[in-house]
Amino acid sequence: MNKIGLIIKREYWTRVRKKSFIIMTILGPLLFAGIVVVPIWLASSESSDEKVIAVIDESGLLTNSFQNDEDGNIRYEYIVRSIDDAKADFSESNRYGLLYIPAIDINDPQGVTFFAESNPSLQLLNNIRGTLRQNIRDVKMERSNISRAMLDSLETRVSINTINLGQAGKEQQGNAEVASAVGYVGAFLIYIFIFLYGAQVMRGVIEEKSSRIVEVIISSVRPFQLMVGKVIGVASVGLTQFLLWVGLTLLIVNVAGSFFPDLASQAATPVPMAQMSESNPQLEAMQSISSAFDSVNIPLLISCFIFYFLGGYLMYGALFAAVGSAADSDTDTQQFMLPVSAPLIISIVTLAAILNEPNGTLAFWMSMIPFTSPVVMMMRIPFGLPTWQLILSMVLLVGGFIFTTWIAAKIYRIGILTYGTKVNYKTIGKWLFQ
Amino acid sequence: MYLLEAQHISKRYANHEALKDVSITIPKQSIFGLLGPNGAGKTTLIRIINQIIEADEGQIRIKDEVLQPKHIADIGYLPEERGLYKKMKVGEQLIYLAQLKGLSRSEAIRRIKDWFQRLEISGWSEKKIEDLSKGMQQKIQFIATVVHEPDLIILDEPFTGFDPVNANLIKDEILKLQEQGKTIIFSTHRMESVEELCTHIALINKSEKVLDGKKQDIKNQFRSNTYEVLHLGNINGLNPDYQLIQQEDIESDYLKTTVQIPETVSPNELLRELIPHVEVHAFQEKIPTINEIFIAAVQ
Repeated sequence: MNKIGLIIKREYWTRVRKKSFIIMTILGPLLFAGIVVVPIWLASSESSDEKVIAVIDESGLLTNSFQNDEDGNIRYEYIVRSIDDAKADFSESNRYGLLYIPAIDINDPQGVTFFAESNPSLQLLNNIRGTLRQNIRDVKMERSNISRAMLDSLETRVSINTINLGQAGKEQQGNAEVASAVGYVGAFLIYIFIFLYGAQVMRGVIEEKSSRIVEVIISSVRPFQLMVGKVIGVASVGLTQFLLWVGLTLLIVNVAGSFFPDLASQAATPVPMAQMSESNPQLEAMQSISSAFDSVNIPLLISCFIFYFLGGYLMYGALFAAVGSAADSDTDTQQFMLPVSAPLIISIVTLAAILNEPNGTLAFWMSMIPFTSPVVMMMRIPFGLPTWQLILSMVLLVGGFIFTTWIAAKIYRIGILTYGTKVNYKTIGKWLFQ
Repeated sequence: MYLLEAQHISKRYANHEALKDVSITIPKQSIFGLLGPNGAGKTTLIRIINQIIEADEGQIRIKDEVLQPKHIADIGYLPEERGLYKKMKVGEQLIYLAQLKGLSRSEAIRRIKDWFQRLEISGWSEKKIEDLSKGMQQKIQFIATVVHEPDLIILDEPFTGFDPVNANLIKDEILKLQEQGKTIIFSTHRMESVEELCTHIALINKSEKVLDGKKQDIKNQFRSNTYEVLHLGNINGLNPDYQLIQQEDIESDYLKTTVQIPETVSPNELLRELIPHVEVHAFQEKIPTINEIFIAAVQ
């Protein structure tokens, strides 16, 4: 059997059977599913602790204007007492809060006070403030003879549809928010994966070096074969983990959906909502989001993700292997890690700028340079870009990883046999030209 | 018949010259002691033979061919700095290393089982390396070195880490391998095992080969016509050409005297000269030990 094949197999199997891999594989999807499911679950679940807020309205302006919260979390109770009495037996009343509205001057409302045992949430205060403001405005409008209907007719709602003109002249409805969310997720995943698995390659090299097995291995295979085998072996582990995560996340979301039918309808299908009402602006937004998702070419996105993940990882993986070979222990790697990881960090930092102008000059160059293209391209693809740019970037990335592998191999073959000497940039320079 | 020939090997590193025009021939079925002080260049030479690094000049010939990647399967190497994958199981690890040397999986398993019996470690297959003692790890590493039945076995300090019982076990295996026709390069600082095992030696000092050849020939080269005599009574009035080098008291009035005589004089003449003076109880030529040769050659 081919020796690189043997090395890949060993790297793959020893890692896949590790406890940490199994734990990460199970925890990852739980985490992802949690991010999707928990907020919906929290939002949909009926909170049992109902908060009762007593309202003392001495102004008489706000009778019945505080509406109970739709979910039944907050209930307003109008009471007619003096504020001092209410405060005195507040602790026995089991109420959450006490809202005191004195007789106020409508042009300068002062002295509205909220009493509670603990600090109320900002959201609650905003609600109360909003209600007060609206009611006072209504009273003022009434006094100025402006009707509600008249005011409504003055307000105009404007929304802008964005349409991407495809090359075939096909119109696609685009949505910048969805595209940027998808782009961010893809870019960050690539960034994290490259670091995570790059570090694994580095630690693997250090382990072989410090346990001294490397000399036995390279009396059987060439250092280049060992390095490439390790890099590819770890890449397969990363790919396995990614695919397992995707699969398990879908599974968990679906299973959770079948247990809580509410969830499934809210999370996955906007259809029932469409039947509810036609004029709901929130609903329009939902519909445009789902159609925007249609506009994102999912198969292209996933295949590009896999390509850029592998390409970017192979490029950095070889460099991480070289860093590992030049060090005797994890702590020795610090000085070399900075130049290796700087381009990755820069590409993450510039994401916001690229988001502003996904087809601008910065975005173009960053997505062509192989060191930054894996992360930056994931940001650009959801917005759509000319095919020639995508192909050029891919070709450059392949060229890039062949180049870094060649450089890394030169450092690696000497580094793995160098013990005990402090390696600095000067020595590495010598190795490169030896 | 030579198994391996190193011809005019030179290797330079950035700051120093590791090997300077070193030529060595290693006969088939020999146990070849590669000796030299620390940093003399032994490991460099061994690494060149293993194709871990390349020589700047000169070439290695093995079995009458120029050394090339296919010869990896003909060489087994036990480096001085031992190491195995700590988290891997013994069996798996040996199979992996054997496969890297070109064995098929099934063949590797069969031979590893054989070796487990020979070294009395059956049932270790499922243990992790990190759970084994140092001596046990050494045994595993020894198996990894010889499992693919290479014609040339290179052992760098093979006995470190072994207790006397296991060291003997390994020594017997080395001799058995030699009987089977294998050639062994043996690098060590333990001169007593060189004395015991080696048929040939080469000495490298400061990147250069100082001497090489059959162990017995080298010992003969270093003979100095010196004899040890065990006797009763004092030696007085000996021929002034004969030098008394050393004299020490041995129990119950015996004396041991070391005498060096001119090259032209035979040991019989020395005996004849001694007999009138003292009662001779033992008489033998003092042959230099490898240790003495080593020190003499290096200084």
